[in-house]
Amino acid sequence: MKVPTNLLYATSHEWLRNDAGHATVGITDHAQHELTDVVYVELPSIGATIEAGQQICVVESVKAASDIYSPASGTVTEVNDALSQDPALLNTDPYDKGWIFKLRLATDADLSSLKSPEQYTEQLHSL
Amino acid sequence: MMEFGGWWMPVQYKGILEEHKAVRTAVGLFDISHMGQLVVSGPDSEMWLNQVLTNDVRLLDDGQGQYTLLLNESGGVIDDLIIYRVEANSYFLVVNASKIEEDVLWLQSKLSGDVTLADQSGDWAGLAIQGPAAKECLEALLGQDIQLPQKNGLLSLGIPNGPILIARTGYTGEDGFEWFCPARMAAYWWSKILELGQAFGIQPCGLGARDTLRLEAGFPLNGSDLSPKHTPLEAGLSIFVKFDKGAFTGRPVLEKQRMTGVETKLVGLIMADKTPPPRPHYPVFHANAPVGETTSGSLSPTLGSGIAMAYLPTSLASPGTLVEVEIRGKRFPATVAKRPMYRRAK
Repeated sequence: MKVPTNLLYATSHEWLRNDAGHATVGITDHAQHELTDVVYVELPSIGATIEAGQQICVVESVKAASDIYSPASGTVTEVNDALSQDPALLNTDPYDKGWIFKLRLATDADLSSLKSPEQYTEQLHSL
Repeated sequence: MMEFGGWWMPVQYKGILEEHKAVRTAVGLFDISHMGQLVVSGPDSEMWLNQVLTNDVRLLDDGQGQYTLLLNESGGVIDDLIIYRVEANSYFLVVNASKIEEDVLWLQSKLSGDVTLADQSGDWAGLAIQGPAAKECLEALLGQDIQLPQKNGLLSLGIPNGPILIARTGYTGEDGFEWFCPARMAAYWWSKILELGQAFGIQPCGLGARDTLRLEAGFPLNGSDLSPKHTPLEAGLSIFVKFDKGAFTGRPVLEKQRMTGVETKLVGLIMADKTPPPRPHYPVFHANAPVGETTSGSLSPTLGSGIAMAYLPTSLASPGTLVEVEIRGKRFPATVAKRPMYRRAK
């Protein structure tokens, strides 16, 4: 499973890329593999405010619906509309074209509770 | 992997969509060893089976099978199964994994006359070879000289390491076979069929594809779409209930329903484009009033939209009726559709 070194990770298998207080969020390669073929993404609403760890949207594979949790607190500024047309981007390119939403971070403090690539890799190995 | 009927089984090997497609366009191989096998024998078998099952076993010749239902006294479904007449006074029943114990206890409580009931579920492994290329695949395996059974037929092969029972049945809506062999031979045949099937594009398939395939084909799943709360007439399975054969368990309730009509019917639903896939137990609405809930649901890989089954009031059961399915608090349009939602080209 790919775990890019420039990202932060939540235990619940979301990734976050921080770009000066503006974060991009998606799900990890491991998560997409476990979900199997993604066929529907219910995107969050732009402008929604969210607390770290709260459910923010839903990803549906052929077999089940799964909740996605926000790795950090903030306000949703952008969503990846391409996923409405092509939900399989989550499977084929989870770290790039398959990003889900962007978040204006409420505080940098949340980021310290996220995992480094090394810690997340360790989590995957302990499964 | 997931737990299913007491078995630890793969949901998928390569991916549900890919496996689904393989069965619709080429051939797929399923491990169905979880299913139960019961053997009924003895001079009174035929008479007794007709008293405990809804279909008429007298219609079977040697080597033929039929879909049938095991009902409780109120006409509700305990299990749905396929029964094969191996020869006179010897029947092979294939039942659902999760119902083996319940079926056996129920049948034992009903035993009468000179009939022996044996649970052979532990002895048999099962493989399903399903898809338009299933026949060619088996011919490659067994040679052209073997006369494969016709639809719903059963072929018994006594070969070294045998016996093997090959039935022309399945749960996918495609042509195909269900292959029963001694449990110790399962891994051998699994590998052999995968190897020979390569030329035909064979894919091993898990429970995920098994569910999407059967749902498209309109086959109910016991425990979801069938239950002790609903009769086969409500489930749209009346052609498997034979009233001209005498008494059988549940008959009085079914007879009454036949006279007065059923209040609810199991229907197929097709969701509008771009809606989330339906799942079991989603509420169904009509004219803003709750009218039922889905019993099964998924994306249909063939249709590209969500499909489901639900028990709805008979007045709403006609194909074309517009309803709404509530998904996470929002309602999405769906149309009542004729089952099956997918039918293979002949």
